Amino acid sequence: MNAIILSAVLGIVMMLSSVLVSNKKAYKNIALVGLLVLLLANVQEANNGPLFDINTYSMLDFDGFGLFFNTIAIVCTGVYFLLTGSQIEKVGKHTAEYFALIFFVLCGASILSAYNNLLMLFIGIEILSIPLYILTGAKKKDLKSNEAALKYFLMGSFSTGLMLMGIALMYGGTGSFTLERVATVSISGADLGMDKTLSFLEVGGMLLLTISLAFKVSAAPFHFWTPDVYDGAPSVFTSFMASVVKAAAFIAFLKLFLGRAAATSVDINRVIGVDWHMFLAILIVCTLLIGNITAVVQHNVKRMLAYSSIAQAGFMLFAVFSLNGTAKEGILLYAVAYSLATIGIFALLSRMKNTSFDGYNGLAKTQPALAFSNTVFLLSLTGIPLTAGFFAKYYMLSAVMQSGHYLWLMIVGVLFAAVSASYYFRVIQSMYFKTAENDFDHLEETPTNTFRILLVLLALVIIFVGIFPQSVLNYLGY
Amino acid sequence: MLLVLLILIPLLGGILSFFLKTNAAAKNIALLFSVATFAMSLCTLCHKGTLSLQADWLPQLGSSFSLSLDGMAKMLCLLTTLTFPLVLTATRANNYENENSFYGLTLLIQAGLLGVFLASDVLLFYFFWELALIPAYFLSSRWGGEQRIRAAFKFFVYTFAGSLLLLVGILYLYFKTADHSFALQSFYQLKLTVQEQNLGFWLFFIAFAIKMPMFPFHTWQPNAYEQSPTPTTMLLSGIMAKMGLYAVVRWLLPVFPVAAHHFSHLIIVLSVIGILYASLIAIKVDDMKRLVAYSSIAHIGLMCAALFSHSEYGLQGALVQMFNHGINVVGLWIVVNVIEQQVGTRKFSELGGLAQKAPTLAILFCVMVFANVALPLTNAFVGEFLMFLGLFSYNVWAAAFACISIILGAVYSLWMMQKVFYGPLNAKTELATDSSGAVNFSLIVIVILVIVGGVYPQPILDLVKDTVQTVLVK
Repeated sequence: MNAIILSAVLGIVMMLSSVLVSNKKAYKNIALVGLLVLLLANVQEANNGPLFDINTYSMLDFDGFGLFFNTIAIVCTGVYFLLTGSQIEKVGKHTAEYFALIFFVLCGASILSAYNNLLMLFIGIEILSIPLYILTGAKKKDLKSNEAALKYFLMGSFSTGLMLMGIALMYGGTGSFTLERVATVSISGADLGMDKTLSFLEVGGMLLLTISLAFKVSAAPFHFWTPDVYDGAPSVFTSFMASVVKAAAFIAFLKLFLGRAAATSVDINRVIGVDWHMFLAILIVCTLLIGNITAVVQHNVKRMLAYSSIAQAGFMLFAVFSLNGTAKEGILLYAVAYSLATIGIFALLSRMKNTSFDGYNGLAKTQPALAFSNTVFLLSLTGIPLTAGFFAKYYMLSAVMQSGHYLWLMIVGVLFAAVSASYYFRVIQSMYFKTAENDFDHLEETPTNTFRILLVLLALVIIFVGIFPQSVLNYLGY
Repeated sequence: MLLVLLILIPLLGGILSFFLKTNAAAKNIALLFSVATFAMSLCTLCHKGTLSLQADWLPQLGSSFSLSLDGMAKMLCLLTTLTFPLVLTATRANNYENENSFYGLTLLIQAGLLGVFLASDVLLFYFFWELALIPAYFLSSRWGGEQRIRAAFKFFVYTFAGSLLLLVGILYLYFKTADHSFALQSFYQLKLTVQEQNLGFWLFFIAFAIKMPMFPFHTWQPNAYEQSPTPTTMLLSGIMAKMGLYAVVRWLLPVFPVAAHHFSHLIIVLSVIGILYASLIAIKVDDMKRLVAYSSIAHIGLMCAALFSHSEYGLQGALVQMFNHGINVVGLWIVVNVIEQQVGTRKFSELGGLAQKAPTLAILFCVMVFANVALPLTNAFVGEFLMFLGLFSYNVWAAAFACISIILGAVYSLWMMQKVFYGPLNAKTELATDSSGAVNFSLIVIVILVIVGGVYPQPILDLVKDTVQTVLVK
């Protein structure tokens, strides 16, 4: 509760500061202080309960899982501000408004980590997405940015429409908006009340909800907006979209399935014949296939990262597929590993003059510390041991293994992970093994020492989490 | 403590090297650290019996930081720590740019390799298995030949895909262990049905087959070996190839005995095909590095076949040969390196008559060639004899076909000797001089080991006895 209210308040504070504070450089610092307050309030809530006593009529449910995800999102946003805050100032005139919009996105993420009611899911998704539409189009004079924003807005609204239809159908089928608790549904359905008998309405609603959430997390075949939007948006905002927002959408997806489909999958198989496991498996295979294969043929690192984020989404879908305790831990660890690595890569990318693969040629000679950090981030995304990404993938595979005889899916996933090495390593090859055409500066301006130190520190954190993953999972008492 | 030091010394040396300023300092520091590691491993030989260490790492996952050294591991540890100083001494004359990074990465490979041989926890083993790969990839891609980027990339992706299948296999077995742990003993105590064994066997074996490499997963090897800088190739073929064989003995045969029995025929057939195929190609190639690379495939194919022959002799022979081949092939590569550095070419068509200019090198190379052919009095003969004994007891025809490889091996090895060292001098080889003291030192050490191993192999056989017993019991 703290996170929701405080992030909205902080958004308003940022808007006010754009009027009252005229020093451009101060906005980032105000935002950082605000994030610190937000983090403290969130941790306080995890330990002692919320500051605000508001009766949400069980539409919102603040459990350890959700609060821990809030912490992750806030910390990742903090890292994001530290690394790319100065780039945000360069996007356009309304710097403080951009920070305000990011706080509103955090508000939406906080709602999504705590929703217990389908209406709140809708509200959370909308609050998450609408600021992003604006942020995508932040470069008002850039045609690609405008196109990306319009595309995102239209397709996002369309998918939200589908979501509303799905929610309406579910209400029609079950008579309630609440996410069901898993354990109470028995297999025979004998002693269940009327709202627990399965109907086509509920299944249809669930399908539409799945499709609309699959859109949000850019799972194939609902991924078509991702490359253009990620490519057209200013790199700083792509970074935020690809990391925190995607993680939040996945948490929403996971909560939905834990609440609704986990219990019903067995019944649905029996009554209607929709095998949720197979449906998700097909979704996963399509996503991994399309994401990886198209990423291999890209010439531009930014677009490659957009497609690779589709492939990473495919891996995160393993958690939604398996729906057990390991899956919940795994999705949190994946959120941490993936977000930090993505923020790190984009922090460097947003400063590059030329974002094609050739633009990285010879970076290791001119900026060895940055090249080293970038290598660690890329290795983490590939899933090499000693980086956090390895344990993230390990948890996902472990979750699938625990859920039954789906070895084929694991083998497919793992083979595509090997394919992913090919495009991530192309960047490493450019940085270290190729030489630049002529000695030119890869970056728009020389990076400050603070930036270098921060980036190397982030790389070391990823290595640390890669050796001791429990440090993330134990630390905040989840 | 000793075990941790074995991994820690090269790791620290590697990281330290990256921050050194001068090339000479990098060379010396690397040599110093590798000699220190060698001293450590000699200490482990003094302890009879198994050494082990266990520390908590990831208790929630069931994985602990446990290292152990039984006979086979001690032998491989000795091989690793012995070859590194020899390689570093023999290639002192090589010059590369950014030598601090070069030697840093080389020492990091040593840390990874030692970790693989020491780990007795499957997840830790997997960690080191992958970690040994990354520095090798960087070394090949940065300092290699013309097509190094593609060759190293193929090497990496191929091996990585295999390793990921290994991860799936590990997870598959992990959930079937009684106490949900990754420890070696838990895996040894698994009771698996035949179906489960078959599936798990292939998931594990593909990774090991790619690493060795075994036909038909060998296509990455000739290019990768040829395009890598020669010191790295020495390490790849001398030690990294043994990782695959070691993993078969440690993690595959005891855990999947029924499946190993079931598929041994297929594997032996593939290995024998690989031996003959590689030997025949070795006769035809024009480049010294490629010849030694294909010869390596042939030797390793024989070791793989012997491992699956279900006989004590075969197993013993393969283990002994792991050590012997490691040393012999490093000797061959050292000579290749010297020739490449001095004359500037590795092609047989452009070489000839070097014996007139470099007689010491010629003599030492002659011994290495005889060892490659497995002539009696060389260490390789002991290993090959035992392996053929084992293979013969399994299937006469397999042994017969494999024996043809001895003849083919003699053909290409002696042909290489003839082509490079004898015959008329030409314009390029006119300028060659005899090899330097450092190179001679390394080669003489290897030659001594070759002859001593050929005449008195009992110490090595005794060393690996306990592993042979453990595996055979299963």
